[in-house]
Amino acid sequence: MIRFSKDHEYIRVDGDIGTVGITDYAQSQLGDVVFVDLPPVGKTLEAGAEAAVVESVKAASEVYAPVAGAVVAVNEALTSNPGAINESAMDEGWFLKLKIADTAALDGLMNQDEYDAYLKSIS
Amino acid sequence: MAQPDPAVPVLHTPLNGEHVAAGARMVPFAGYDMPVQYPTGILTEHNWTRASAGLFDVSHMGQAFLIGPDHATTAAALETLCPADLVALQPGRQRYTQLLGDEGGILDDLMATRPAEPEEDGVLFLVVNAACKEQDFAHIAARLPAGVRLIRAEHRALVALQGPKAAEVLAEHCPDTLDMPFMSGRTTTFDGLACHVSRSGYTGEDGYEISIHSRHAVRLWQRLTADERVKPIGLGARDSLRLEAGLCLYGHDIDTATSPVEAGLVWSMQKRRRVDGGFPGAARIQRELADGPSRIRVGILPDGRQPAREGTVIEADGRPIGVVTSGGFGPTLGGPLAMGYVEAAFAALDTPVTLIVRDKPLAARIAAMPFVPNRYFRKA
Repeated sequence: MIRFSKDHEYIRVDGDIGTVGITDYAQSQLGDVVFVDLPPVGKTLEAGAEAAVVESVKAASEVYAPVAGAVVAVNEALTSNPGAINESAMDEGWFLKLKIADTAALDGLMNQDEYDAYLKSIS
Repeated sequence: MAQPDPAVPVLHTPLNGEHVAAGARMVPFAGYDMPVQYPTGILTEHNWTRASAGLFDVSHMGQAFLIGPDHATTAAALETLCPADLVALQPGRQRYTQLLGDEGGILDDLMATRPAEPEEDGVLFLVVNAACKEQDFAHIAARLPAGVRLIRAEHRALVALQGPKAAEVLAEHCPDTLDMPFMSGRTTTFDGLACHVSRSGYTGEDGYEISIHSRHAVRLWQRLTADERVKPIGLGARDSLRLEAGLCLYGHDIDTATSPVEAGLVWSMQKRRRVDGGFPGAARIQRELADGPSRIRVGILPDGRQPAREGTVIEADGRPIGVVTSGGFGPTLGGPLAMGYVEAAFAALDTPVTLIVRDKPLAARIAAMPFVPNRYFRKA
């Protein structure tokens, strides 16, 4: 199952673990990513809290936690290869894994069809 | 950066259709709809310019002719507003200078070129920043003596061709541009179309700026982009290129509060002007020249990979000592880089400083500029 936020984060859910990243649309808007600041493992994030920072040549952008949870893993490979976010935003370019506090909160996010419609509405 | 006023219609350069057709991402800039990047992205465009030749539409910049009875009269008129020695400017040569306010702050920075042709004696060709051009030209026009006038060249487009292959590319269209020295200009033709070419730019690379009538701009653009050595480059890479070259961006690294001495632009004030003054704010500037400025523009290299952006506070000895005015990632440098102002006591090369990025300290040191060696063309 995958869900999307209006800020263009995705969360790919497996049980109560969610893998969070930014969508392909988000990476295309950011441009070439040159740096990622990831949170420490163990950090507890509220929904909408700043989870990471991604810097492109142009600008810095925050990545928000789509739902509340505790950080159980971060994608250390991004530190040496932040370009993976541009090349593979939805797979190899993931940022972190969250142990989701309450999976019912996922109902407040968009599914794939709703996100696709949302992208059409803003472009 | 100036935000567009939604009540003001967005302006288009004569090349707008070319950018859109090429798939550029367009953004509002200084009232114009401008390409920030083309589909390949800023990193690729930046690297292409350093390796081959990049073509930039800078038609939004302000072009004008200052026209008087002879060079000495016209140059002396501009010298009352700028601290460069313009009277000594030789035919066919170009100088970088600044328009100064009464307190010695920088109203804008600009290029002034004296045409090479004897029949053009008394003319200076000016190029100013897009966001400042209305106030610049009004400022200049209001302060000219009788007999000298400012004629805007709004019918002209301006494109920059920059990079190590710029000279060989342009020579196929304008053969007499190959041996032009850095900071010179001449009237010539591009495939038979009248234009004015200067050997200068904003990337640290060898290259040219070509001023041409708007109605010929598309033809020039298409002929240059048809060359496989040339790719169009947007404002995003223009910014990373100029930052690596250590060049100031007006409104960020220099503004009405900064003097040319603080900005490290003393090289652009020739000795006669430094000694004799006679420009706005001369008292402040001569005092800063004698005593040293209290703050100075420096290059800054953060440790690690994290960029520090404009507005980042610079600390040393546990207190704020300055601020970053431009910062980002240098693709050729391969890491983050910045410039900013620090108290003079902390301006020495390799001085350790701390940048406060999102409330966290980031170690950095004062560094020499340019960050990437420039490759301007100077005749042996």
